[in-house]
Amino acid sequence: MMAKEKINETTNKKRKKQSRFISTFKRVFETVPAKTGGILLIFIIALCVLAPVFAGCDPNEMDMANALAKPSLQHLCGTDNLGRDQWARILYGGRYSLALGIIGSLFAAVGGTSLGVIAGYFGGQTENLIMRFCDVWSAIPGTLLCIVISTALGPGFFNTIIALSIGAVPNGARMTRGQILAERTKEYLEAAEAMNCSKVSIMFKHLLPNVISPTIVGTTMGIGATITQAATLSYIGLGVQPPTPEWGAMLSAGKSYVTSFPHLLLYPGIAIGLTTLAINLMGDGLRDALDPKLRK
Amino acid sequence: MDEKNTFLSVKDMEVIYTSAGDIVHAVNGVSFELKKGESLGLVGETGAGKTTIARAILRILPDPPAILKGGQVILDGQDLTRLSEEEMLKIRGDKIAMIFQDPMTALNPLMTVGDQILEVLMLHNNFSKEEGCKRVVEILEMVGIPRERYVEFPHQFSGGMKQRVVIAMALACNPELLLADEPTTALDVTIQAQVLEMIQELKKKLNTSMILITHDLGVVAQTCDNVAVIYAGQIVEYAEKIELFDHPAHPYTLGLFGSLPSMNDDVERLHPISGMPPDPTDLPPGCSFWPRCPKATAACKEEIPYKEIAPGHFCRCHMAGKQEGSSL
Amino acid sequence: MKKKEFSGSPLIEVKHLKKYFNVPAGTNHAVDDVSFTIHKGETLGVVGESGCGKSTLGRTIIRLLEATDGQVLLEGKDITHVQGEALKKVREQVQIIFQDPYSSLNPRLDISRTIKEPLKRSGRFRSRAELMKETAELMDLVGIDERLREAYPHELDGGRRQRVGIARALALRPKFIVCDEPVSALDVSIQAQVLNLLMDLQDEMGMAYMFVTHDLSVVRHISDNICVMYLGQLVEKCSTQELFSNNLHPYTKALLSAIPSTDVHNPMKRIQLKGEIASPINPKPGCRFASRCPHAADACREPQQLVEVSENHFVSCCRVAEIN
Repeated sequence: MMAKEKINETTNKKRKKQSRFISTFKRVFETVPAKTGGILLIFIIALCVLAPVFAGCDPNEMDMANALAKPSLQHLCGTDNLGRDQWARILYGGRYSLALGIIGSLFAAVGGTSLGVIAGYFGGQTENLIMRFCDVWSAIPGTLLCIVISTALGPGFFNTIIALSIGAVPNGARMTRGQILAERTKEYLEAAEAMNCSKVSIMFKHLLPNVISPTIVGTTMGIGATITQAATLSYIGLGVQPPTPEWGAMLSAGKSYVTSFPHLLLYPGIAIGLTTLAINLMGDGLRDALDPKLRK
Repeated sequence: MDEKNTFLSVKDMEVIYTSAGDIVHAVNGVSFELKKGESLGLVGETGAGKTTIARAILRILPDPPAILKGGQVILDGQDLTRLSEEEMLKIRGDKIAMIFQDPMTALNPLMTVGDQILEVLMLHNNFSKEEGCKRVVEILEMVGIPRERYVEFPHQFSGGMKQRVVIAMALACNPELLLADEPTTALDVTIQAQVLEMIQELKKKLNTSMILITHDLGVVAQTCDNVAVIYAGQIVEYAEKIELFDHPAHPYTLGLFGSLPSMNDDVERLHPISGMPPDPTDLPPGCSFWPRCPKATAACKEEIPYKEIAPGHFCRCHMAGKQEGSSL
Repeated sequence: MKKKEFSGSPLIEVKHLKKYFNVPAGTNHAVDDVSFTIHKGETLGVVGESGCGKSTLGRTIIRLLEATDGQVLLEGKDITHVQGEALKKVREQVQIIFQDPYSSLNPRLDISRTIKEPLKRSGRFRSRAELMKETAELMDLVGIDERLREAYPHELDGGRRQRVGIARALALRPKFIVCDEPVSALDVSIQAQVLNLLMDLQDEMGMAYMFVTHDLSVVRHISDNICVMYLGQLVEKCSTQELFSNNLHPYTKALLSAIPSTDVHNPMKRIQLKGEIASPINPKPGCRFASRCPHAADACREPQQLVEVSENHFVSCCRVAEIN
């Protein structure tokens, strides 16, 4: 214990005059995996945002003569059944897929966590009501729910995000509530109440940071799933409309060629995989940075 | 000490833990002997290494991170540290039994208490199921649990009753050595008194030797024959109970007594030991107590002899012999 | 043991306080008709075994739990049901120190933020510098080294954590503090340090303590007056000196005899308690200790009253005269 304090003394000086946000942000990227994840994600985002520079051609330009071409120097990732350049489609498609995946998962996490915290903290009837509602909610198959909401709201970027996130809310709520059950008997919550903290402040300032870790991991893991889910919506004409490229849609289009032209499946798959990996690594870094026990 | 009667002898036991690159010196050269039917109290604060000693005797230290680095544990002429794991299995629960601190977690919530005791019994004996059940009922009644409660589950028992079950389990095979690790710390005083009394009676009846681990000097005073005061993984003082309570010699022992609010005299202010226990990854050289010791001198930073200051009274302190009989 | 005289109007007055919990098996009478007063600068010890309702009593008084019935007066004002701003004012004057130094500090807040929290909530401090100064003063007051400002709870040992808990409770200079077993999780040597600290702080700042504990030697050391609780009710109430020299209730006697004494020359003579502890759920009207009491008689099945048998000495036992 004393050794730890000594270490503390030295880090104290370093930590001075740094806002908490910046110091947390810095700590996120202290470890090698988180750094790798961060660089990878920035790289992916840069490629997608600057797609016109790196793509080399229009993602929707058809070249039937060159349909289903294998990867070559001219077409880095080959072409699809309509002769469209895969590389360009992945870069342009990333714009939608990344946004849908990240924002959709974030929405789900925020919604689920809030419900979970409220249910877990208040307990009793409130908890019963919220959790039973979540049970009913999650009894509806995710895809079906997604389609129903999408149909009701109509196509469009923001509506798609809502449709994608709503199915994942009950899961988040259940996970957060489970964590809170173990946490809510701790005396520091009573101490907070005794010093006049409001219920909102107790829930979100004192309780939430102590139960957020599994949610961070779950959310980052869910991003890949959200991207593929978005493809389902596109497939039935509810998500992003063709011919606009999008990773999930590319995957499902490539399905029929899996034996003869696996590259149609491979490259969008790699794109989704790398993105999930990058965000996952960063998520772990964030979780550790928020936990003072893991601080060096 | 009479060599012939020595039942358990621990010699130069040394245990280290490795954690995140640091080496924690949990037990540093502990030696003591125990006769048949005798009870020894190990007294010390959290982290002093009391529980580690007991676990090392029973060889149930988590390995890794814990390593028994040196020393011998000789039980009835047999060195336990050299036995194979199979041979050790026969000794655990049969010759040596341990009572853990928390009765709430030591029992399986899905088994009736009777069956749990039966399981231990059957592991070490060739009883038929009927004989076994009969014996379990006997044991239960011995610790004061009516036979009707054989079929009840742990959650139906109160804390004190659960600890009785744990004790019954430990005593099921008539062990020759009982290791009791803070057996009453989780209990209320009135229940604690009942349990201690019961342990005492059973010990007398079965002539069991016992090592009682506790931080409570009162419990030691009421139950043990000899006392070893542990500080930073070492025995700093060892004596017969009355000798130790009447003539404590080591400054740490004196500090412990000064910290106790007394039931008998009125003290306006307590005299706590200043400072904190040392970091076991970075023990000070010489006497590990000198940074907190009110009488420390330069000599304390060197090797400290463990000497006999009165017959049977050992103390690890330079000053001890010189100020014999006096108190701070 | 301190010998002090207290007079004038009481700081805290508890009148027939009741706290019941609804549990599946019925109603748990955790605190059942408890009355007492505490004066400024006084320490009232509340002793009892686990589950006797002593912690619930403390929490009900300082409004962490809502009372089922009865009244709590703070300086003559009824605070039992105040809400909003008035409750906020009350909470600045009554505080609590918890038993478990591990779970009572938010693991995600460092020491200075933990202590700063109540200061911020009070809105009394305008500038950041003032806040920092006050925090530093509080840390100094309870003896935490300045260099530990930005340490997190897991980096500290139990004794230091408990000091942080004390600093947090003291932050707004309350008049009354409930100490809920503040030293029972600590080692003896550290326990003595914290007890000394609590007594010094009281001498300095003059607040009143309600000291809840199961440890009679600690309570003897720190308290002026003592209440002995058994299953939600007070069974004996008197000055500390009186309790240890002239205790009257059979439960008090049994409790005192059960403490393992460090006196090795006189083996303890324990009063045997037989029988099972009665349940606080839907209790029968009579004396709750009767099932274990060596002196139980038919009269014990009637409801018991806390009666003043001599000056400032209250006992709730119908056979008190016959037993003693």
